[in-house]
Amino acid sequence: MELVIAIAIGLLFGSGIWLILRPRTFQVIIGLMLMSYAVNLFIFVMGRLAIDKAPLTLAPGAPNPGDYADPLSQALVLTAIVIGFATTALYLVIMIGARGLTGTDHVDGEESEE
Amino acid sequence: MNALPWTQQLILVPILLPLLAGALLIPVNEARHNLKFAVNLGCNLVLLLSALILLGLSDQELWPGHLGVYLAANWMAPFGIALVADRLAGLLLLLTATLSLAALVFSSQGWSRIGVHFHSLFLFLLMGINGAFLTNDLFNLFVFFEVMLAASYGLVLHGYNTTRIRAGMQYIAINLVASLLFLIGIALIYASTGTLNMADLGPRIAALSAADLPLLQIGAAILALAFLTKGAMWPLGFWLPTTYAAASPPVAALLVLMTKVGIYALIRIWSLAFAAGPAAGFGLDALFWGGIATLVFGTLGILAAQEPGRMAGYAAIISSGTLMAVFGHGDPQLLSAGFYYLLGSTLATAAFLLLVGLTERIRSPGAALLALTMEAFAIDEKPEEPVGVGIPAALAFLGLAFAASALVITGLPPLSGFIAKFSLFHALLNGEAGISLRDWTLMILILCSGLAGIIALMRFGVRTFWASGAVQPPRLHPTEAGPVTLLLGLCVAMTVLAGPLLAYLERTTRDLGQAGSYVEQVLSTPAVPSPPRGEAP
Repeated sequence: MELVIAIAIGLLFGSGIWLILRPRTFQVIIGLMLMSYAVNLFIFVMGRLAIDKAPLTLAPGAPNPGDYADPLSQALVLTAIVIGFATTALYLVIMIGARGLTGTDHVDGEESEE
Repeated sequence: MNALPWTQQLILVPILLPLLAGALLIPVNEARHNLKFAVNLGCNLVLLLSALILLGLSDQELWPGHLGVYLAANWMAPFGIALVADRLAGLLLLLTATLSLAALVFSSQGWSRIGVHFHSLFLFLLMGINGAFLTNDLFNLFVFFEVMLAASYGLVLHGYNTTRIRAGMQYIAINLVASLLFLIGIALIYASTGTLNMADLGPRIAALSAADLPLLQIGAAILALAFLTKGAMWPLGFWLPTTYAAASPPVAALLVLMTKVGIYALIRIWSLAFAAGPAAGFGLDALFWGGIATLVFGTLGILAAQEPGRMAGYAAIISSGTLMAVFGHGDPQLLSAGFYYLLGSTLATAAFLLLVGLTERIRSPGAALLALTMEAFAIDEKPEEPVGVGIPAALAFLGLAFAASALVITGLPPLSGFIAKFSLFHALLNGEAGISLRDWTLMILILCSGLAGIIALMRFGVRTFWASGAVQPPRLHPTEAGPVTLLLGLCVAMTVLAGPLLAYLERTTRDLGQAGSYVEQVLSTPAVPSPPRGEAP
């Protein structure tokens, strides 16, 4: 399971890196989104992978925290998703603004010579 | 009734006040900019006052270990988020409040009105910066960084034109990637130590097994990459000059501060996490040589820069590089001289950026283009007829202010820049282990960067004030001259009060060196006991 997830994260992040090095703003934003998915998965996995572990709840008696899934990485990933979503939306707005002002979707705001 | 004393509640003010005020200003109509300005100004004055009080409190014997701890939501330290005010945080809060006050007053006549929501974004930016200085939790630091960055995206684009949008695109893309690195670093640190509390981090890292240590070190290095992107270390800082030159002057003055937030976070985390144990001093060598490379890059850049905005950007890079090398060097006495340098160079670079906005009025529209071609083709401008009798006051003010900021940036006597460099050299020459190759490299580069700064700023000054052929003196509003005077006046005050200030900074550095007492103090702060059930509130 670890291997599959690691390969998936690597694939997402690698594609993201390739895309943000491309000259078109649309490719850059898709690349940023792929990278943020990879990072979100990564944070989640850092709470350790486990099957059939219950979420941490207030059960009667003193529960053994080792029996439950790590709640903190889940909380972190939620926050990271929200923040990533907001900043990506902001970038989208600027992308559209740049397209309108410069008349091109090149990241430099002008077409290269060749 | 067991209430928290007001002194501890005060730690929350620099975060909560700008958040509330900024949110309240969003629905207010843009036409009422006087009201918005007044709210923002009042908010800034309260922030200045609270920063002064926090600075004073942390320097007294009121708090054990000179550390004010506020437990958010009343959760004990490693579990909840703690906000910590110590001497360093108090000092940087004060610097933030002063700079933001100057930038705000400067923007009141024109800059704040060319777009929407300037004041809300301004306040959110302050909230993010103040929060980053106060928080003691890694993930909370990330959140405050994002608040700061999101507000700065809006502010860089404030007054939407093609230059700003081009610079903004790159600035935002780079910072989004840096934020992702930040998250990866946090996740790796959490995976290896199981904590995100900075105070808790140190003891846990010291107890890590040799097998877990590489994972933590990778995490810390990736985290440092994110901070150093904000602090513009070579080769991560190419975005900085373009962004500074494109942003409006008051915003650019605030951006100067934002590069220091990255360096602050680095110093704070490293002095807590890598104080002792097997990983002590991890990565400091890389930081030192990175700082040296940044210094070289900034020195070459400031010589090559033609626009004043870019010059200020490279001056900020030089100052970042010096600080990185100083912290990477690891000598506490050097670090306190470095903090003095940080204060002076930040104030002077911000003042210079504000001045740039004003000097553009005396340059004719073609002057910038001419300046570019002047070097290549050696065009001899016709000397202009002498104008009027004597020097008009506005022009004299601009010239004097420019000279003062240039003196501080390049470190010439008699202002604070000289004292900063002098104390840096003093610490380097009096190191315990003698003068090593590292010390010589750093000293020579600091001198070279100063020389390059002098050449670049002289060239700009001569062109602007002597050879510009300005026909009419520019009109300066008091709200524009005032902030520049305030910032440069503080540099002068830093020079006069250099003794007490350096003594304070030495106490600050000593606090940083005592990670053990910081950890104990934060982790042992008790939560406020809740009142027994059934008692009337």
